Amino acid sequence: MKILIVGGGMGGTILANNLARRLRSELEGGKARLTLLSASDRHMYQPGLLYVAFGRMAPDELYRDQKSLLEPGIDFHVDPVETFKLDESCVICKSGKRHDYDVIVIATGSRATPENIPGLAENSINVYTEEAAVNFYKKLCDFQGGKVLVSVGVPHKCPMVPLEVTFMMYDFFKERGMLDKVQLHYTYPIGRLHSLEPVGKWAQKEFDRLGVTYETLFNMKEVDGDKQVVRSEEGGEVAYDLLVAIPPHKGMEVVEKNGLGASGWIPTDRHRLNIEGRNNAFVLGDTTNLPISKAGSTAHFEAEALAENIASMVKIGRAVRDYDGKVFCFIEAGKERATYAMFNYNNPPDPKPPTRSIHWFKMAYNQLYWSSARGLL
Amino acid sequence: MSEKKIIDARGTFCPGPLMELIAGIKQSEVGALIEVLSSDEGSANDIPEWVAKVGHELVSNTQSDGAWRIVVRKTK
Repeated sequence: MKILIVGGGMGGTILANNLARRLRSELEGGKARLTLLSASDRHMYQPGLLYVAFGRMAPDELYRDQKSLLEPGIDFHVDPVETFKLDESCVICKSGKRHDYDVIVIATGSRATPENIPGLAENSINVYTEEAAVNFYKKLCDFQGGKVLVSVGVPHKCPMVPLEVTFMMYDFFKERGMLDKVQLHYTYPIGRLHSLEPVGKWAQKEFDRLGVTYETLFNMKEVDGDKQVVRSEEGGEVAYDLLVAIPPHKGMEVVEKNGLGASGWIPTDRHRLNIEGRNNAFVLGDTTNLPISKAGSTAHFEAEALAENIASMVKIGRAVRDYDGKVFCFIEAGKERATYAMFNYNNPPDPKPPTRSIHWFKMAYNQLYWSSARGLL
Repeated sequence: MSEKKIIDARGTFCPGPLMELIAGIKQSEVGALIEVLSSDEGSANDIPEWVAKVGHELVSNTQSDGAWRIVVRKTK
């Protein structure tokens, strides 16, 4: 069986390594073939960008050589796919090379698109690329005081980032003795401070305690850089001196160009993770259109379920389990405290008060991630 | 009559039905119908509240088989 994974991010890499271990004898015996295609020879730990934005990690700490993360037996190529021919079970890469498959998994990820809101890209800072995170840190260091507006677009990757950025900026300015010169203001698209109700209630208490002001039912429509205001779809207007954006996201252009899904999100079965209507094509992580968090942990848990199923398809001809919607997100509640939210399709989250120990566990995970990408954790 | 887009947000907590509707409306053309399926009782209130505030049209809001079906037309 020829297995083709498109995308070398967290989901694609974990899946490839997990499958390589499960199918070691089949790969060695020629019964299975496992190919991974990526757009880059480097693998980025994307959650680390948050720490780069606050000067707590250097950008080069976020990267490893992709090949160094992969199990033996994985046929790896840096050659992004340009054309998906799902009806013919093949893809065509940028190099012109064609890859045929029996099973394909698409895990191409998502991207921040601040350019989709007029005025946002040129008047705001964010933490979603290396360049943006470094710029974020510089702008924060240069800020002399005034109103910092954190405004949240839809949809966005990593649902905890809006709160984490706000709490971490509070501690950043506190440490510099600037809290009397800075007003933090937060806007959120729905009628509470976070999509998860218990997290929203907890955040509201924290914001009230810290003096962070907020406004809900606020969806960015446009940014007027001359007047330094953000206007909302709901008719509101908020002024700022420094605008911190959680930009809206889209899936990758190649997904849209190939007609696989609107805005780059591919219609996906929530349990089996197959593309709707196809039983040999699967989707992982941000690339799905599933109404669940676009987060690294989602890709991780989906990859584990999918690896088990694809390996079983090779060994016994049938999938053996469903993805249960599991998501686990750390929530940095400042410089030295954190909590977490864990949930699945049937069980809502129940976040606990932040502690130092959870923060330090998150710090440890920032290093343990590389074992996770190798499929060991 | 435009085709109805269905967002099945039953049994999901994050980003949740309203956030999914907002994302779905952004992807849609003016006049499009979007139906949200939600198992969260709060959706029956917070989706109509947002729809009214933005100025879209709430076409229907019904409950059956433990789920709320809320149909919205994008008006601008």
